Amino acid sequence: MSAVQETVAQVRAIDVDQYKYGFVTDIESEKAPKGLSEEIVRYISAQKNEPEWMLEMRLDAYRRWLTMREPTWARVSYPKIDFQAYYYFARPKAAPKSIDEIDPEILKTYAKLGIPLRERDALLGIENTDRPKVAVDAVFDSVSVATTFKAELAKAGVIFCAISEAIREHPELVRKYLGSVVPVSDNFYATLNAAVFSDGSFVYIPPGVRCPMELSTYFRINEKNTGQFERTLIIADEGSYVSYLEGCTAPQRDENQLHAAVVELVAMKDAEIKYSTVQNWYPGDKDGKGGIYNFVTKRGDCRGDNSKISWTQVETGSAITWKYPSCILRGDNSSGEFYSIAISNGHQQVDSGTKMVHLGKNTSSRIISKGISAGRSNNTYRGLVSAHKKATGARNFTNCDSLLIGDTCGAHTVPYMEARNASAMFEHEATTSKISEDQLFYCLQRGLSQEEAVALIVNGFVRDVLQHLPMEFAVEAQKLIAVSLEGSVG
Amino acid sequence: MTTEPQADPRPVRTAAEQAFAAMLAAAPADGSSRIGALRRDAAAAFLRNGLPHRRVEAWHYTDLRALLRAAPPRAPGDAAPAEAIAFPRAARVTLTDGTVGPLPADLPPGVSLLSLADAIAADHPLLDRLGAEAPDRYDAALALNTALLGSGVVLHVAAGVTVERPIQVAQVVTGGTSVFTRLLVVVEEGASLSLIESFEGPAGVPYLDDAVADVFAGDGAVLDHVRVQAEGAAATHLGTLGIELGRAARYDLFVLTLGAALSRLTVRGRFGGPGSHMGVRGASLLAGRCHADVTLFVDHAVGGCDSRELFKTVLADAARGVFQGKILVRPDAQKTDGRMMSQALLLSGDAEMDNKPELEIFADDVQCGHGATVGALDGKMLFYLMSRGLPQREAEMVLIQAFVGEAVEHVADPAVREVLVARMAAWLAARG
Repeated sequence: MSAVQETVAQVRAIDVDQYKYGFVTDIESEKAPKGLSEEIVRYISAQKNEPEWMLEMRLDAYRRWLTMREPTWARVSYPKIDFQAYYYFARPKAAPKSIDEIDPEILKTYAKLGIPLRERDALLGIENTDRPKVAVDAVFDSVSVATTFKAELAKAGVIFCAISEAIREHPELVRKYLGSVVPVSDNFYATLNAAVFSDGSFVYIPPGVRCPMELSTYFRINEKNTGQFERTLIIADEGSYVSYLEGCTAPQRDENQLHAAVVELVAMKDAEIKYSTVQNWYPGDKDGKGGIYNFVTKRGDCRGDNSKISWTQVETGSAITWKYPSCILRGDNSSGEFYSIAISNGHQQVDSGTKMVHLGKNTSSRIISKGISAGRSNNTYRGLVSAHKKATGARNFTNCDSLLIGDTCGAHTVPYMEARNASAMFEHEATTSKISEDQLFYCLQRGLSQEEAVALIVNGFVRDVLQHLPMEFAVEAQKLIAVSLEGSVG
Repeated sequence: MTTEPQADPRPVRTAAEQAFAAMLAAAPADGSSRIGALRRDAAAAFLRNGLPHRRVEAWHYTDLRALLRAAPPRAPGDAAPAEAIAFPRAARVTLTDGTVGPLPADLPPGVSLLSLADAIAADHPLLDRLGAEAPDRYDAALALNTALLGSGVVLHVAAGVTVERPIQVAQVVTGGTSVFTRLLVVVEEGASLSLIESFEGPAGVPYLDDAVADVFAGDGAVLDHVRVQAEGAAATHLGTLGIELGRAARYDLFVLTLGAALSRLTVRGRFGGPGSHMGVRGASLLAGRCHADVTLFVDHAVGGCDSRELFKTVLADAARGVFQGKILVRPDAQKTDGRMMSQALLLSGDAEMDNKPELEIFADDVQCGHGATVGALDGKMLFYLMSRGLPQREAEMVLIQAFVGEAVEHVADPAVREVLVARMAAWLAARG
């Protein structure tokens, strides 16, 4: 079946607010008491057997967080969040020692989500023999439940583990880099995260190593009223390369769950990090009830010369998205990329974009953002491109296009460009329109049905970004786009 | 108006804020007239909000609380007024330090020009058009101007009248003072007018010029508007322009920004009926340490209208240019066509340009786009011209003139356009 037909079939198969990943896994879990206090921070730290310095960092963050105010500048509106109404720590009972000890219910969950946790299966070639290997770190509520292919990665010298494990096993690396890209008190949500982060992934690629497989983390919020605060830290040492994928889902619940993640990337001299996200948190039902509040701070630091960081994101989920993956282009000749597809339907609100901060000489950045709004949603691109005084020869190209489907949604573009260097060359273009009648007419006249035609045009609209996703993610993403827009086209 | 300033939530008032509060306190109290109420509301809004600062999004790049160090008291200067920039054929009224000079006698029938003070004294019905903005939306420049409303000009063109000669409202400041002027322009149904505003003052003297124009173009009206800001090099210029169009109206604005140490122009355009066109274009030529901010807000409140915005900024020395533009397409404003472009040329390593073109769109059957570029002169083009025998300086001038020419060529009246081009050429020559 061609991709287009598949898209149309997907659209047909699903009726209105159906979220494929909305099931709840029934497992016993342990939770910290509701609410947030210094005791909870100490509790989380104790649960993770963390060293003293980590607890200090958390407590410092918590105290600073108390003095901070929630940001209100984004173009999103939601009732005031009661931060005391959430559980800040939840984990499946009986922490697993190895994959075989993982609660079968959790394994089933990941199987339903299509995440192959059992590397054994992959190794034995039971399924997907033709697929490339992907190492997965799976985070269920507040803890990492499994990390696969560890042994094979270790052979290459790559460290890929849960961050809680890295804090215990590789404190020298964690202490050196944690908080060096996103400082503890960077912003309200990042500070909250620094205080209560539960788990996430840690990646270290040694000098000169090209990571032998794609690394991936899968996040799942299961427990009711929980907040997930994951923290990811990726370090690509001199001359190394890594491609990292991130996926997220959550059950369908009436309450709003909270997700405030921090991702830090460090690329040393000649290193390259490719970070891809497919964000499919539960977006709420057709009346805008429930859904995830997604407040994420993602930042990459091109610390060394000739380094490169590339962000690719497909955002289809969450009730509220507040997310600006950024690049600090510190090293000379370093480059940053941001490719984004943000789709909003129903009552979703998206305020997303990027920041490209040019500090080094001859740094370049490229931003391609495609926003699609349908239903009663609002979709905002907000981005900053700035060239420091010393950023001689800085170069940026930005293109943000918005597509409106229906007359009850909104598409907004808020770019900021700040040039302090005469040799900086910035270009920005943005367009907003609906699906062109001409294109539609052409497709219909060639014998496609209305639905097929719309799916074809939308897929064409986002193509520039899709082709930057790793192969299997691209197929997944294409399907996701069709599902997200379901009920809005035609 | 209240003589007792309201309690200020902020612990510190800046010197400029204190100076403005003193001006408000010194302004004569007014009875229960509509204008009096307008002044009171605006004064209260200013005392409540003070000067905008970087956390106020619309003033992020022009932080008045930090940049506006002082505001000179409102006393007329004693120097002899300079002759205002001349436009051929234009009928001119000159405001010297806010005082309206002799009105041109030979205006065609259907055109009435009177001083704002006379209009207020006569309780002129046109004044009902003032103050459509809600007090909470006042920014400081508009609030202060409204609170101290009194000097200015009212221009009215009756329905169907075509005014052949351009009408120029020239403002000249003579010394270190603060001037607040208001221009109210109403072009009725089917009428047409070419309007020129100019602002000038002495070079070495710090003064403040806060000028607001309210422009109304009725159904089918045609209005060409040129605004030349050539203030003295130490001046502060705060400009506000409100434009309201009826149906099938055509409005084209060209803004030339040449002077002032600190300047800000806020343009708010609103479409009130379908089929109208709004062109908002400008060129800013900035040198020294001058800071110039142009902020546009184009409100497509109804559908079927088109707007074109084009701004060119040339920055030499340590000048700083700011462009903020927002196109808002409201729900149901279908068939909107909006294009916005901001381009900046940095001639020096110390110059800075901040661009923020925004789209806010709530209707789907629209075509909207914006573009923004920042860069230096193209080395290849320079090389080409120099290889043809032009000295570097001249080659640069040719390229800069071509760069800003794209915006100025939309000025309909060739004679007016020529004066503008000459002013820009003079700026370029002076830079050498």
